[in-house]
Amino acid sequence: MSALLTEKAQRVSVGAVRAGRRLRIVQQALLHAVLLAGAFLMVIPFFWMASTSLKTLDQVFAYPPIWIPNPIVFQNYVYAMTVSPFHIYLLNTLKISVLVTIGQLITCSLAGYTFARMRFPGRDAIFFAYIATMMIPGQVTIIPVFVVMKTLGLLDNHAAVIVPFLTSPFGTFLFRQFYLTMPVELEDAAKIDGSSYFGIYTRIFLPLSKPALATLGVFTFMHNWNDFFWPLIMLNSARNRTLTLGLMEFRNLMFGLAEWHYIMAGAMIALLPILIIFMLAQRFFVQGIALSGIKG
Amino acid sequence: MSATIASRAKVRRWYQTNTGSEALWAYVFIFPSLLLLFIFTLFPVIAGFALSFTKWDLLQPWQFIGPDNYIRLSQDEVFHKTLGNTIYYTVGVVVPQTALALIIAAALNQKVRGLTFYRTAYFVPVVTSTIAIAMVWQWLYQAEYGVINSFLRMVGIEGPKWLFSLTWAMPSVIIVSVWRNVGYSIVIFLAALQGVPEELYEAAKIDGAGAIARFFHVAIPQISPAIFFVLVMSVIGSFQAFDLIYVLTQGGPAKATTVLVYYLYQNGFQWFAMGYAAALAYVLFAFVLIVTLIQWSLRRRWVYGESLDR
Repeated sequence: MSALLTEKAQRVSVGAVRAGRRLRIVQQALLHAVLLAGAFLMVIPFFWMASTSLKTLDQVFAYPPIWIPNPIVFQNYVYAMTVSPFHIYLLNTLKISVLVTIGQLITCSLAGYTFARMRFPGRDAIFFAYIATMMIPGQVTIIPVFVVMKTLGLLDNHAAVIVPFLTSPFGTFLFRQFYLTMPVELEDAAKIDGSSYFGIYTRIFLPLSKPALATLGVFTFMHNWNDFFWPLIMLNSARNRTLTLGLMEFRNLMFGLAEWHYIMAGAMIALLPILIIFMLAQRFFVQGIALSGIKG
Repeated sequence: MSATIASRAKVRRWYQTNTGSEALWAYVFIFPSLLLLFIFTLFPVIAGFALSFTKWDLLQPWQFIGPDNYIRLSQDEVFHKTLGNTIYYTVGVVVPQTALALIIAAALNQKVRGLTFYRTAYFVPVVTSTIAIAMVWQWLYQAEYGVINSFLRMVGIEGPKWLFSLTWAMPSVIIVSVWRNVGYSIVIFLAALQGVPEELYEAAKIDGAGAIARFFHVAIPQISPAIFFVLVMSVIGSFQAFDLIYVLTQGGPAKATTVLVYYLYQNGFQWFAMGYAAALAYVLFAFVLIVTLIQWSLRRRWVYGESLDR
């Protein structure tokens, strides 16, 4: 009797589990449908950019739109690079981004270490000032900095877009938070070895801060690579232009005749390097953003 | 044992020789960062405020004109339109972006397969140059040959002129902005959602809460610090919009998309009205300051479970 009951109960519960599983499959399918549709919308403009950049002019204006170009015209890229010196823009952007990134990693990690690990009069007040400057928008400081650069004769010079960014309060904050979590024993060991303060920083803390270095490095590099406002104000001549400025200039040249295949080829040239870096260093982008969000 | 005593003695000796120098070294270490911050942030903020009380075209010597720039702002109809546009843009971007990001992050948090693929897809636009992606959107929006209107035509709809339409220009820019930045919010929300303890969902389930109730009554309150952070960052970021508008509309048509920073750029760097541009910069600063102060004061009351030991 009781065995029968349990069997019945079991059968019922098996049925319920099956129904539950079927429901879960339906749910998952729905979930994927929504997520895929969204992902499609995110990716399609990139696809369209690449597709247009490989088309002939007739295919560009074809109706209905052609998704896969035929023939594939790589010549558009060659044309873009002969009309505009994209290789110079690339080198300029690379130089600016690399120098700013290295500068920030040095000044921010050193300042972050100091705020986290050393005691000195005025520490908290100075750190508070750092935090406060984080909220000052770049557009507020750019007018006076522009005047200063003009006075110093540094307009249209890469120094005008490098030097102001060699440190950042955000980077300092990031490193300070990172170093605060480390155990005190680390320093004691170094002190036993008779290290100086600078030695503790270079030999103990710096080697341990690879995650923070990678996160800030990737972010700073990306930000400078894509920056537009500051170079637009500070730089002028063709040989000093960054990629974003050069691309803008190139578009203005091509815009009159609506040569979208060339414009898209130029845009692809500006996009590809940072896309490749993103694919390689994705972990650090995601970690860095998640970190900044949680710490707030 | 004796080793620890010896090492303690060494640490003590180290302190004796280095204590006096700690503060000195500290100042040396923060000096590069502090100096740069002073020259390129602190000094310009003060100089900018002073500049906003002058009239200056960079050619003639500057002239002190008192609060005239601010008085002019209060009467400048273009500025008023600009403010309205900035608020339109900010609300138009922040609300749908946050809502969409929450939904997508919640979906991604359902132990869904292919998480890395989805996260990458949603995040790609965030890392790319606004200038480059704005160009492809300009092409997508193109009135006669653009893909969007081509598709609308296929289903028998004559699409608007998007970026050249008085009514559609701003929504067009907003759509691109949401598309570009939603991935940033998704990543933050997803990280926050993954930190919510499983027991809380289980407990709610036992109490009979469905999936939607669990989302609103468990997940949302638990990740409210992240939501708050995203809201504040998006609002501040939206106030500063420039790149997209520079490529897509140049503030047009008929100033329909002229936002605060674009107007600042025009005044300062196209018309060389430095004093007036500085005053505009201070309006922007005031906005950001207000949002930040609201954030500081509301943070503790609003946000669920926020620790007070900051």
